[in-house]
Amino acid sequence: MSQQTFEFHWGKHHRAYVDTCNNLIKDTELENCMLEEIIKKTYNNGDPQPAFNSAAQAWNHEFFWECMKPQGGKKPKGEILELIEKDFDSYYEFLKEFKQAAATQFGSGWAWLVLKDDKLAIEKTPNALNPLVWGHVPLLTIDVWEHAYYLDYQNRRPDYISVFMNELVSWDAVTARLVKAKEASST
Amino acid sequence: MMTLLQKPCFIQHMPLHTSISSTKMKGAVRKTWTNLLTVAQFGLKDPPYKLDALEPYISHRSLEVHWGKHHRGYLDNLNKQIEGTTLQGYTLEELIKVTYNNGNPMPAFSNAAQLILSRDLVTLLIWIHNSLLKMIWKRHKRFGTDMETQLKDWKQVWNHDFFWECMEPGGGKECTGEILEFIERDFKSYDMFLEEFKQAAATQFGSGWVWLVVKDRKLAVEKSTNAVNPLVWGHMPLLTLDVWEHSYYLDYQNRRADYISVFMDKLVSWEAVNCRLGRVKAFVNLREPAVPYT
Repeated sequence: MSQQTFEFHWGKHHRAYVDTCNNLIKDTELENCMLEEIIKKTYNNGDPQPAFNSAAQAWNHEFFWECMKPQGGKKPKGEILELIEKDFDSYYEFLKEFKQAAATQFGSGWAWLVLKDDKLAIEKTPNALNPLVWGHVPLLTIDVWEHAYYLDYQNRRPDYISVFMNELVSWDAVTARLVKAKEASST
Repeated sequence: MMTLLQKPCFIQHMPLHTSISSTKMKGAVRKTWTNLLTVAQFGLKDPPYKLDALEPYISHRSLEVHWGKHHRGYLDNLNKQIEGTTLQGYTLEELIKVTYNNGNPMPAFSNAAQLILSRDLVTLLIWIHNSLLKMIWKRHKRFGTDMETQLKDWKQVWNHDFFWECMEPGGGKECTGEILEFIERDFKSYDMFLEEFKQAAATQFGSGWVWLVVKDRKLAVEKSTNAVNPLVWGHMPLLTLDVWEHSYYLDYQNRRADYISVFMDKLVSWEAVNCRLGRVKAFVNLREPAVPYT
């Protein structure tokens, strides 16, 4: 993932979502809410209010950056691998399903690994939508809006997805989120 | 150069026979002495200009990828889906026969009859086209993929064919001709239309298209998501702009607004729009009747 891509993706797109969100919530009851709360409120049970798109995209991108690290990728270890093998039969089955979801999200969107009813699941969402609105716990995401990969991969979204899984994904971050989610659910 | 170029499958053929099986063949278009027929398997249609002809506003590289990869990809998917099925090689007329169902017409046909009575032939043809595809894919379950996915590929093929023709080298000149008259009638002024069109294009969240259409005998600006086009609403497109990120990202990155302005100032073909308006007017009266009813 090139520096040029990051400069635009983080420096222009992500920044624009944050600025837009701030402008839209200014002087409203949402102004002092946490971002997750803003997302859930503005989702409005499927009839989203104007601030939803920018709020959700701001959250999604922050989450996405943390899903990657230099020299990341490869097969995970530890608890997350155990859970993957339990809920997907094998890491390779999970990988296949995750890549498939990411490749087939038509138009703009995201693919997710989530914790849902205490089990791992893969979901894909269009545009700005994220699984928080359904009460699922996101553990991993990949941005499949074209702006995320076009400068580096053009139309070759499957290549981008493979590279993300092989070279970039931070399983440490995923594990940390899993631990946090389990602690939250046990309290 | 256009190394990716695949010639469209246009061929000359004998006049159409009446039996379905003898007229099945691969490849695209046949001519009879009366009209041009369209079959269900298509080749990739060239834009009406070379891939570097829109420089510096849309780069050669951008068009190579947009037309040569994305547009081609939609078409290949579609053809794969009908390959080896009974739909392969059907002409549109043959598909009509299939759904006429030997004198026991499917629901689609009663609506078609109403459309014929309305004498709105353009709408009829477009509607038949879309309805047949929907109906036939529903009947042929061996496709295995859902109808919605297949329709997306089809719509994207159509949308891109239409989009290339909306542009020309040296385009974007002053809007002239009858289209200007209707724009001024329905939007009050060209500038107001321009503002509305640009606004719609800029605010289409995610992937999609923005359109100038004829709707209820008036011009209107519409935007649509992903592959949706106004044909499904029974509106008649005159102009479109692709606002999927792939259409501008190599040249403009996040600056969609700049891309939209350049499209309107330097690329849009008002000649193409006027031609389409002319065809629509042949079937739809865009003016008030000159003779009062009473």
